[in-house]
Amino acid sequence: MEKSLRWPEFIITRLIKASGYSAILFVALIFFFLIREGLPTFGEVDLQTLFSSRWYPIESYYGILPLITGSIIITFGAALIAVPFGIGTAVYISEIAPRWVREILKPLVELLGGLPSVVLGFLGILVLSPYLRVLLDLPTGLTALAGSLLLGGIAVPTVVSVAEDALDAVPRAYREGAWALGATRWQTIWRVTLPAAKSGVLTAIMLGVGRAIGETMTVMMVTGNAPVLALTLGSLFSPVRTMTATIAAEMGEVANGSTHYHVLFFIGMVLFMISLGVNIAASSVVFRAKKRAERILS
Amino acid sequence: MKNILARNRHLTQRLGFTLITLMAFATVIPIVAVVIYILIQGVPAISFEFLTGFPRDGMRAGGILPAIVGTIYLTIGTAIFSVPLGIAAAIYLSEYSSDTPLTRTIRIAIINLAGIPSVVYGLFGLGLFVLFLNFGTSILAASLTLSIMTLPVIISTAEEALRAVPQAFRTVSISLGATRWQTIRRIVVKEALPGILTGVILGLERAAGETAPILFTGAAFFLPRLPGSPFDATMALPYHLFVISTQVPEMPIQIQYGTALVLLVFVLSMNLIATVIRSRARAKRQW
Amino acid sequence: MVDKIIVQNLSLQYSDGTESLRDVSLNIRKEAVTVLFGPADGGKSTLLRCLNRLNDLTEVKTASGQILIDGVNVLDPKLDVIALRRKVGMVFARPVVLPMSIRENLTYGLELAGEKRRAKLDEAVERSLKLAAIWEEVKDRLDSPAIALSGGQQQRVCLARVLALQPEVILLDEPTSGLDPISTGKVESALQELKKEYTIILVPHSVQQAARTADYAAFFLQGELVEYGDGKMMFTTPHDKRTEDYITGRFG
Repeated sequence: MEKSLRWPEFIITRLIKASGYSAILFVALIFFFLIREGLPTFGEVDLQTLFSSRWYPIESYYGILPLITGSIIITFGAALIAVPFGIGTAVYISEIAPRWVREILKPLVELLGGLPSVVLGFLGILVLSPYLRVLLDLPTGLTALAGSLLLGGIAVPTVVSVAEDALDAVPRAYREGAWALGATRWQTIWRVTLPAAKSGVLTAIMLGVGRAIGETMTVMMVTGNAPVLALTLGSLFSPVRTMTATIAAEMGEVANGSTHYHVLFFIGMVLFMISLGVNIAASSVVFRAKKRAERILS
Repeated sequence: MKNILARNRHLTQRLGFTLITLMAFATVIPIVAVVIYILIQGVPAISFEFLTGFPRDGMRAGGILPAIVGTIYLTIGTAIFSVPLGIAAAIYLSEYSSDTPLTRTIRIAIINLAGIPSVVYGLFGLGLFVLFLNFGTSILAASLTLSIMTLPVIISTAEEALRAVPQAFRTVSISLGATRWQTIRRIVVKEALPGILTGVILGLERAAGETAPILFTGAAFFLPRLPGSPFDATMALPYHLFVISTQVPEMPIQIQYGTALVLLVFVLSMNLIATVIRSRARAKRQW
Repeated sequence: MVDKIIVQNLSLQYSDGTESLRDVSLNIRKEAVTVLFGPADGGKSTLLRCLNRLNDLTEVKTASGQILIDGVNVLDPKLDVIALRRKVGMVFARPVVLPMSIRENLTYGLELAGEKRRAKLDEAVERSLKLAAIWEEVKDRLDSPAIALSGGQQQRVCLARVLALQPEVILLDEPTSGLDPISTGKVESALQELKKEYTIILVPHSVQQAARTADYAAFFLQGELVEYGDGKMMFTTPHDKRTEDYITGRFG
C-alpha cells in the first residue's frame, strides 16, 4: 500500500512547490513586459519633453508631469478623507461599537470594498458631479474633488479592515492596565491602544493610499480628464487627469509600436514602481497580524 | 476640584465617542444609500427582455444579455486559471514552506501582485496575451489577465484559512501513519475549505466587477452574437456600463441604471454567498 | 527476547540549540509499563518522539545513536516510517480528537492503511473502544462528533484510536494531565489491562502517577538518564541522590 502512494504524492508535491514559486514568476513577467514596451520611450522621446508639462500626444507632446500631479492631488484628497474616516470607523468597530452593531457594520464595510469602481464612477457622473457643480458654483462638476471623494470612499474599506485587525490584535491586558490606572476608555484608545497598533495602522494607511493611486475607472469617469498641471489647492476644483486614466483612455487608440504606445507603457512602469515602493514599505512595517484567519472565518 | 476634572474627562469621552460614531455611520450610510438608490432607479428598467435580449438601436434599447453572459464567461475563465493555482500556492506556503529567503521573496511577490493597479494589469495582458502570445482580444486573454490579478487575493485568504486549522490535527494524523499529503488532503484542506471558498468567491467577485484589465484584452462594445469560443472577444457588464454612461449620446438614463443594477446584483449576490458560507462554517466547526 | 526496545547511545540536539538527549542507553521490556519521569525539559518527550519518528517534523540539528525495536534500527533513514507509526502509537497530552465522528476518528488510521471492508472497520471500532474502557459510554453515539465528548472520554477515544491500528508499542505523553481524577483512574486501569499484550511507555504528569503505574522506571534529568530500574524499588529506595531529591520533592 505504501509503495503505491509514493508516486502520485511525489508529483503532487512537485506541482504544489511550483505553484508556490509562480507568484515570483508573474511579478517578473509583468515587470519584464512593462520594460520591454516601455523602455523604447527613452529612445524616442527626450527627457526634457517627457518631464515637461504639456501632454498632447496628437502633436507629440509627451509631458507626463500633469499626469503625475493629477494622480498626486487626487490621492492626497482621497487620503484626507480615507485616513480619518477609515481609522475612525476602525476605532468605532473595534473599541466602541456593541457586538450586534459590529456584526452589521463589518460586512457593510466589506460590501463597499466589493462595489465595482465603474458603478461608483457612474454615480459620480450622474449624481455627484452635478451636485458639486451646483453646490460650489463651478463650471463643471467633473473635478479632482469629485475624484477624491469617490476614491476616498473606495480606499476606506482597505484602511478599515487592516486598521481594525491591528487594533483587535492589541492584547486586552493593555486596555485593562490603563483602565486600572483610572483612564477613561477614550483616553485609553488614544494613549494606549492606538499607539500599540501603530505599525498596523500605518500599514493600513499605506495600503489605502496604494489603492487610491491605482484606481482607474472611477477617476476616468469623474475627474474631467484634462491633463493640466495640478499644483495648487485650487486645482481640486478643476478637472485633472491621472496616470491611470491616461492609459485607460488612450490605449485603445494607439498604434502598436508607436511612440505614444511606448509612452503609455512607460507610464505603466512608473505606476508599477510606485505600487512596488508602497507595498514594500507597507510590508516592512512589521505587523504580525493576529489570527487574521479569524477575519475570514469569523 | 476633583469632581470638575472627572467631569471634564467624561465630557471629552462623550464628545469623542459621538464624533467617532458619527464618522463610522458617515462611512457606512453612503454605502447603503448607493445600493438603495441604484435599486430604485434601476428596477424600472428590469424586464424579461432586458435580461435576455440583445441591445438594439445602438444600445439605447433592448437588453443586455451578451454583457451578462460575457461577465459570466469571464468569471468562469478567471476561476479556471486562478483557483487551482492559488490554492496550490497557498498549500505550499502553509504546509511546505519554512522561513527562508526564497519564501520571503514569494510573499513579497504576492503583496506586490496585490498592489499593482488594475490598468497596469491591462497593459500587461495586452503585451503578453493579446500581442506576444497572439491570443488576440479574447475571453482567453482577458481571463488570464484577470486570473493573475485575482491570484494574490486567493492565495492570502486560502493560506490564512489553512493556517487556522490547529497544528495538533496534523501531528495526530502523522502519528497515525498518514503521509504529509494525506494529512493535507483529508484534514487540513477539508477543514479549511469554507474559508478558502469564501476567499475564492470574494476574489472572483472583484474580478467580475473590474473594467480596466479587460479594456484592451477582451472587451468589445458591441457583438451581434454571443461569443462562441475562448478566442472571441466579449461584451461585459462593467465595460458596458462604462461605455453607455460616457460614450453613447442620448443614452436613456433608465437603461444605464438598469445595467448598473444588474452588475450590482451580480456582485452583491456573490458577496452574500460568501458571507453565508462563512457564518455557516463557523457554526458547524468541530474545533 | 524480553526486551522490546533497545536504545543505544542516543543523543539529539534541536536546531534551536536546546540539547535534548545526551548519550541515553536503555532497554525497555515488552508487555510492561515503563515510566519515564523527571522534571520538565528532561528529554522524556523527546525520547518518545524518537520512538515513532515524530521528530522528523521538527528541526533537529544533530542526532546519533540507535533505537532497535525488535532488532530493527528505527532511526535508519531508509526505514518505512509509515509502517513504524502504525506499530508504535502515541497518545498526546491534550486530548486531540479529529474533527469527525467518533467512528471516523477510529477508522482514520485503518482507512489510511487501505482497509475498506465495512465489517473489519466496525469490528476494529468495537474492539478498540472496549480495550480503552469506553465502549459502553459511546456505543450508541458512534456517529456523533467526537468533540462533543468530555475531556476524559475524548482521551480514551484517542487511546482507542491508537489501539485500532493494533500496534505493538503504545507511547503516552502525560495523557491524563488535563483530566479529572476519575478519568485519570479509568485511563490508568485501562493501561494495566493493556500491558498484558502491549509494550507501554508512559510519561506521567506526577511522581505519584509514576509510582502507581510503573513496572519499570527511568529518571531523566536535563537530557541524561540518571537511573533505571524496577518500578517498586525506584520509588522506595532509589540509588541516585538526584532521583531521591526529585521524588521527595526537594526540587521539581
